[in-house]
Amino acid sequence: MEHIVSLFFRSVFVDNMIFAFFLGMCSFLAVSKNVKTSFGLGCAVTFVLLVTVPVDYLLLTKVLGPDCLVEGVDLSYLSFILFIAVIAGIVQLVEMIVEKYSPSLYASLGIFLPLIAVNCAIMGASLFMQQRINLDPANSQYIGNVVDSVVYAIGSGIGWTLAIVAMGAIREKMQYSDVPKPLQGLGITFITVGLMAMAMMCFSGLNI
Amino acid sequence: MSKLFSKENREVLENPLNLDNPVLIQVLGICSALAVTAQLKPAIVMGLAVTVITAFANVIISLIRNTIPTRIRIVVQLVVVAALVTIVSQILKAFAYDVSVQLSVYVGLIITNCILMGRLEAFAMMNRPWPSFLDGLGNGLGYALILVVVGGVRELFGRGSLLGFQLIPQQIYDAGYLNNGMMTMPAMALILVGCVIWIHRAYFYKEK
Repeated sequence: MEHIVSLFFRSVFVDNMIFAFFLGMCSFLAVSKNVKTSFGLGCAVTFVLLVTVPVDYLLLTKVLGPDCLVEGVDLSYLSFILFIAVIAGIVQLVEMIVEKYSPSLYASLGIFLPLIAVNCAIMGASLFMQQRINLDPANSQYIGNVVDSVVYAIGSGIGWTLAIVAMGAIREKMQYSDVPKPLQGLGITFITVGLMAMAMMCFSGLNI
Repeated sequence: MSKLFSKENREVLENPLNLDNPVLIQVLGICSALAVTAQLKPAIVMGLAVTVITAFANVIISLIRNTIPTRIRIVVQLVVVAALVTIVSQILKAFAYDVSVQLSVYVGLIITNCILMGRLEAFAMMNRPWPSFLDGLGNGLGYALILVVVGGVRELFGRGSLLGFQLIPQQIYDAGYLNNGMMTMPAMALILVGCVIWIHRAYFYKEK
């Protein structure tokens, strides 16, 4: 239990996808123009993470691992192709379900829904999960079973959502400030994210 | 030969290096550009890996562009890229193990690098193999250029060295100079890229 709580808070604050690893930066910069769409995209990313990471965990340990399919064969070098196939498939599925049962949400997310497939945060979470399986079980980043991978996925998703909502709010206010012309738009956004990342660094010594 | 390097083809190669840089103007592939630039050596390796993968993925997609059904083209592109990334990742593990450990998940994340998908979708699907190869090469090198600049600045000021060689002599440290530890933190990568964009927009980039 203690491990799960610690894993959750670490993945929200310390190992934050945006501020510590820069994952999902492309859509983070493109979509964070206002709070409402930011929140919608954050929820969609959290949901896709919640489905893909545990599925990838099970596939990795039960299908690709050493001696799983064929005796004496380790297929884990195929993990990249498998992960991206799972992600693309699940995003397609989520898109179809949302379109069927909630057309209004589907219309408001628009193009961002299919684009989640190439969001690095999703792929990155699966790759980090693959790395963390080999860690020492005493480490607070260790992922040893499906529950851990679910907790890690939710934590990363919430961390990403927090980051993009905060960024959306700042950018809404920033429209009224006087920024030098060459720095307008992208430049100032980068510097703002940098300052936010600096603020998030205060969590780096956190121990629960 | 003269046809292979005609004026249009030269422009295809040179434009991404200056006017149409994938990182600075199109804001693609930011995630990995920020994460691997704490030192120069991983930045160079990452730049080369992305260049090779973009060039060859462009050629492969361009060769089979007429046989891909439009509806499933994203999946086909992802599989081609994932296969190439798996090959590069295995080569790195075999011949440059220490660098591949430093790059950790970011080699796998080349799959979701938006530069690749962007070039495949915007260029390789509509052009012949040779211009596609040049386009991939140009965009990869444009990306590598930014990585090398940011990586060089961060290593020089953060550790006083370049490629592991100590550049700032001991006398200066004795006189009270300190390495700027902030430069090795993730936050400074964002701020530096912001400044690079600022300089580029202010001096080199002219609005068309």
